Amino acid sequence: MWILIGLAILVAGFVVRLNPLMVVVAAAVATGLAAGHAPAAVVAELGKAFNDNRLLSIVWLVLPVIGVLERGGLQEQARRLITGVKAATAGRLLLAYFLFRQAMGALGLTSVGGQAQMVRPLIAPMAEEAAAGGHGAALPEPLRRLVRAHAAAVDNVAIFFSEDIFIAFGSVLLIKAFLDGSGHPAAPLEISVWAIPTALAALAVHGARLMLLDRRLKREAVKSAGTGA
Amino acid sequence: MIGLGFVYALAGAMFAAIALLSALDRANPRRFGNAAFWGLMATSLLAGDAIGAFANGLLVIGLGLLAGLGMVGRGQPSGPGPEERARSAEKFGNRLFLPALVVPAVAILGSLVLKNVMFEGHPLIDPKQITLVSLALGALAALAVAMPMLRPPLLAPLQEGRRLMDTVGWAALLPQALAALGAVFALAGVGDLVGRLIGEVIPLDSRLTVVAAYTVGMAAFTALMGNAFAAFPVMTSAIGLPLIVGRFGGNPAVMGAIGMLSGFCGTLTTPMAANFNLVPVALLELPDRWAVIRAQIPTALVLLAINTTLMYLLAFRP
Repeated sequence: MWILIGLAILVAGFVVRLNPLMVVVAAAVATGLAAGHAPAAVVAELGKAFNDNRLLSIVWLVLPVIGVLERGGLQEQARRLITGVKAATAGRLLLAYFLFRQAMGALGLTSVGGQAQMVRPLIAPMAEEAAAGGHGAALPEPLRRLVRAHAAAVDNVAIFFSEDIFIAFGSVLLIKAFLDGSGHPAAPLEISVWAIPTALAALAVHGARLMLLDRRLKREAVKSAGTGA
Repeated sequence: MIGLGFVYALAGAMFAAIALLSALDRANPRRFGNAAFWGLMATSLLAGDAIGAFANGLLVIGLGLLAGLGMVGRGQPSGPGPEERARSAEKFGNRLFLPALVVPAVAILGSLVLKNVMFEGHPLIDPKQITLVSLALGALAALAVAMPMLRPPLLAPLQEGRRLMDTVGWAALLPQALAALGAVFALAGVGDLVGRLIGEVIPLDSRLTVVAAYTVGMAAFTALMGNAFAAFPVMTSAIGLPLIVGRFGGNPAVMGAIGMLSGFCGTLTTPMAANFNLVPVALLELPDRWAVIRAQIPTALVLLAINTTLMYLLAFRP
């Protein structure tokens, strides 16, 4: 039973917000000790496992070129593209951003987009404006908040269910390293293709919900127009 | 034969340069912490096979301590300001996306084409690692396209790489550390024990219950810890490998890919994933802390059901 102490450390450490890297190292050491291995053997076990999994850290080889492109205005160009989108409703605008973010994620450009870079300065205000356009008046506060929350949600959902299509995303290599280490070797492409069905499902499900959001916004607009509010 | 050794040497050289540039960055009050952290990383990549398991273990503990004690800061290399970047964006337009497209294009083409290239009777590139070697070549090819196009200073790739590495910080090592943790769990027999314990509560005697226990377990464990990468080694060594793959003969690649995505469904529902779910609440000045999570929960639940169905249908195809 004591070997479960690593799980307990992992959960407790994450819940109380200690540095996750330190928590993971501590959980590994504690688990090895609890299994009755000698301290020096535990350190060696951890070291060998870390060394065997170095392929996970080669994803960072792409950062220099991404950095050079950002220096050349990659983020600014993405913003220009998005502001050029003409959408009649908030739901359709968010759907267009969803597609853009998924396409970028599948190509490994996870940093094009994001809550601070895109949602707060661009997507949220543009969605609000589109929603108010249907109203012909200022958007009531609860609806304004709803649209903003949906703008943030689109960014998260679209990137979670597209980044795994790129073969060099960390989770694809984590899966590969884990399977290799347990005697079931798999190529990165074999893993990443299985992210495609869920990516399409995410587009369908979240897209449908955005269309429902449009209907709700329209309904509320009619209601507030009817009462003259 | 070109194999992972080449890729590790390239990445190691990059981290060594980042460590050196960090040490020289007087503007960063924690510059020696950064230099030590990225320097240990470079040592692991360049010399990991030579220094032995025990020294590698000490290296990991050193990385954990540097991160845990807050000794790693964030360097801010100087670069063009927002106006200059906007002008550059106007000048180059969508051509800026081109070098970024080179990376996956070379990685995928290389995997398909370079497989059959022979050199003096041997394959030129290790066939087992062809995708990762092609990825490294893709990163180099992209730089070869971007540099003449944008004409930044020669050191810009390394300085910009350092800026982005410092932004990611210790989190850059989390996937590798978690994969190592999974291996340590396996040596200690954690998976077998958890699998047995779960088996006493839920009857794990059909493909559907095993798949559902794995996908829902991934989502729940991720929601608890706020991190799917951390849940993956635990749930996969407990249920995924011994039951879905071992007992029922499921395809490990399908299990792993869809299992991870089930974890992401959990990420959408939890305040523990603060970066995704709480930071935007603050950024967008929403009074309700749960506003973003509430907008995500219906999608997360439907996608968890879809993932479970997909794994059930796809993992056991003959």
